[in-house]
Amino acid sequence: MSEPVSLRAASATERKRIRAERFAQLRRNPAFIVGSLLLGTWVICAIFAELLTPKDPGLVNVLVVNKPPSGDYWFGTDNIGRDVFSRIIAGARPILIMATAATVMATILGSSLGLLTGYLKGRFDVIVMRILDAINALPVIVIALLALAALDGQSETITVLIIGFVFTPIIARTVRAAVLSEAELDYVAAAKLRTEKMPHILFAEILPNVLPPIIVEFTIRLGYAVFAIATLSFLGVGVELGSPNWGSQVAENYSGIFGKIWWSTIFPAGAIATLAIGINLIADSIMEAFEI
Amino acid sequence: MSTPTLELRDLRVAYTVRGIDREVLRGVSLAIQPGEAYGLVGESGCGKSTAAFAAMRYLPRNAKVLSGGIIFEGRDLTSVSDADIRELRRGAISMVYQNPIAALNPTIRVGKQVAETFALLGHDDKAAMERAEEALRKVQIADPKSVMRRYPHQLSGGMAQRVVIAMALATEPRLLVLDEPTTGLDATVEAEVLDLVRGLLKESNTSILFISHNLGVIRTMCDRVGVLYAGALVEEGDTETIIQNPNHPYTVGLMRCIPRGGLHKHLAHLDTIPGSPPPLGSELPGCVFVDRCAIAQDVCRHTPPPLVDLHDGHFSRCHFNEQAINLPRTVGSAPLQRRTTAPGSPDLLTIAHLSKTFRQDDSAITVLSDVSMSLAHGETLGLVGESGSGKTTLAKTLLGIFEPDDGSILTLDGKQLGATIADRTAGEVGAVQIVFQNPDSALNRRHSVTRIVARAVTKLAGKSKSDSIDRAQELLTSMSVDPVLHSSRPVQLSGGLKQRVAIARSFAGNPKLIVCDEPTSALDVSVQANILNLLADLQARENVSYVFISHDLGVVRYLSDRIAVLYLGRIMELGAAEEVFQGPHHPYTEALVSSVPAIDGSPRTRIRLGGEVPSPANPPTGCVLHPRCPRMAGSGVEARCTTEEPALREVSPGHFMRCHLSMDYLRDIQHD
Repeated sequence: MSEPVSLRAASATERKRIRAERFAQLRRNPAFIVGSLLLGTWVICAIFAELLTPKDPGLVNVLVVNKPPSGDYWFGTDNIGRDVFSRIIAGARPILIMATAATVMATILGSSLGLLTGYLKGRFDVIVMRILDAINALPVIVIALLALAALDGQSETITVLIIGFVFTPIIARTVRAAVLSEAELDYVAAAKLRTEKMPHILFAEILPNVLPPIIVEFTIRLGYAVFAIATLSFLGVGVELGSPNWGSQVAENYSGIFGKIWWSTIFPAGAIATLAIGINLIADSIMEAFEI
Repeated sequence: MSTPTLELRDLRVAYTVRGIDREVLRGVSLAIQPGEAYGLVGESGCGKSTAAFAAMRYLPRNAKVLSGGIIFEGRDLTSVSDADIRELRRGAISMVYQNPIAALNPTIRVGKQVAETFALLGHDDKAAMERAEEALRKVQIADPKSVMRRYPHQLSGGMAQRVVIAMALATEPRLLVLDEPTTGLDATVEAEVLDLVRGLLKESNTSILFISHNLGVIRTMCDRVGVLYAGALVEEGDTETIIQNPNHPYTVGLMRCIPRGGLHKHLAHLDTIPGSPPPLGSELPGCVFVDRCAIAQDVCRHTPPPLVDLHDGHFSRCHFNEQAINLPRTVGSAPLQRRTTAPGSPDLLTIAHLSKTFRQDDSAITVLSDVSMSLAHGETLGLVGESGSGKTTLAKTLLGIFEPDDGSILTLDGKQLGATIADRTAGEVGAVQIVFQNPDSALNRRHSVTRIVARAVTKLAGKSKSDSIDRAQELLTSMSVDPVLHSSRPVQLSGGLKQRVAIARSFAGNPKLIVCDEPTSALDVSVQANILNLLADLQARENVSYVFISHDLGVVRYLSDRIAVLYLGRIMELGAAEEVFQGPHHPYTEALVSSVPAIDGSPRTRIRLGGEVPSPANPPTGCVLHPRCPRMAGSGVEARCTTEEPALREVSPGHFMRCHLSMDYLRDIQHD
């Protein structure tokens, strides 16, 4: 009556091999390699900023205003004589922390809402999704500007909350779509047929099966969050005044471009671009590996 | 002999998967003469579909022909240009696919799609539309004009398959390839489609390559048959010869797996073929079947057997073909003890006046109407009927997934059952469980096998976590799931093993009643036999009752003690399995039974049901069957049939029928 184990076990190792191969494939993907190098560099800068900055990023020195890159100041100095290189290294931390915090918040909220609406369907789904549609229609920068202006223009917490709030519907929609088809599968009926409560069905049964789209959506949103935060800091809100933010650095120095003082603008702008591109490359390659 | 229409000459095809060539067809040779119907049978993964697509040289991108030839009317298709291949596919070779809905473009109206075939042949738009209408009429579509205006999703499966067949035959092809054309259709629709294809091609000289896993279907359709195993043709011959007198151990085993000809669990276990087919692209230096063959010897392991010509074109690729027919059984034939319930002992389950109405916007759709029956301890009740008859709704209502209408009464062991799962205690929920049709959907692919079963034990038997794991492993082992596999995820298991895990889960909470919803329809016949034996053994050991739903009447007959025939949510006939199958039958049952392509005995006269299943939202007046009833005309009670709904009356002890016709009348007419 039993089926031979040797054959089946062979195919079990086969499956493991396929899985290992999929990760190997991901690691071989040039997009993933470049993306990881870019993101990895900025993460290291964020963690070890104090060790990596050659100069105090906040130190103003009116004697070396707008100096071009040199052996002493690798990326030159800005309009009040601060070291651009050190400020870029120091700027990795706030943007990475804020972007990650906002995206994590959006992912947790959005996934929960997506699980609930996709599973419960019906009237609850209609109402929640319409509200989320309304939020979705709000341009993130305008809302953030309004909220920051009304509350506290320099609050990083509020920036994180606003971005998290505005990104929630997008993640909710992705997760809901995945849950809708997942909830039709018989293992969900089987869970009900052993008296499981809804939280168990949502988080222990369905959630593990909709993780791939959640991971991909998280990565994509992280890239957008970087942009949103950089834009806000460029506009002079949402970050602590005088802190080494890439967006603020561009804002403070971009008029210098017309006087051929390019370094104090191009380097922080390049930092924003490389971080966003790195995250997007990773998102693309994960999507490819998951075959979404 | 004339030139064959299609000849495969020692064809070897491989798929390149992750850089490695995996051989799917290992030197297949066959020839189909003009006007001949050739069947290819075998279990999934044996290369049937690859052979079908190879006949059109329409292989997936990662496939390549390693050697051999595909010769169509003397031309080797492996070497002709792409333009010539297109030319052949446009006219000379056609194909009918397994899933007709997927074969039609969902965004183009049916008429235009059929007309396209004619436009390609050079007809102008108007002529093409006229030819399309004619083609649809030919495949017995009653109202072709209205069908032509519809989109594919608005057609039933049977109707869509007719459209696909109309398109395939439009060009009067010289070769028609049919790849499981009726799999997924109801038996009644399947029989109609097969009748249609046979009728259309009777006069023509079209050759047919017919791919199917169902020997009964092959028998009704084909002159000759080839049995494919692991990419090799192991036996070939006249259809009747292969079925009556197989000479290869695989064919012999396959024939024994099939529940047929009145086989019943109380008569004998089904025989099975141990093991499973070799994985795609395995190295098979000797006989391809050696690992599962009970009469294999050393020579089989090293030397590929030659194709032995037995007589008159009956070939077997076996070193010991003369012994094949005496293949030892792998399962003892000892029948199961027939359980005798003391008369008057209380029933396990009683269903009284069960109805289920779904409300959609303002309309009400009654899917189950006043169903009453009972089920004894250790008994199997088979539920049969076409799709849409309410079988699954009845099952889900028993389980408490759907809430029955007010006034419905369900009792289990004399105690009233709660309407929904939420109204039932854990013990009651555990007492009524289900084995789903598709184990891939029923098992959470992110959880290990042990976790899946253990969680059910925790919740339904109220055991602690560590006790649950012990009990789960005990259950799995008793279902012949080897302990090595207990930590696997479902994806690592074969279909049969997955279904064993699902059965183990259904036994987690000391069940009294298990609903088996087509538990073997996704499995190959050799695996199906294993699962049916397991279910029968479990029933004998645990005294559990089954409600067994299946499209396959042979399977239902094998396992069931009693049968309920459902149509439009009503019980049309209810009685002991033998009585329901022997007749006199209800006219609806008669049509169902006669539509099954038989593997043995002489072919039955087909009793046709006209038209399609009406919508339950708007059931016919009188007897719900009357618009389709094959026996109403000439019975003399037509007026009653069309106006008055018959009651379910007891025609002999324990045998109920919902029909105005008298038993004597039915007996007479059904014996003719």
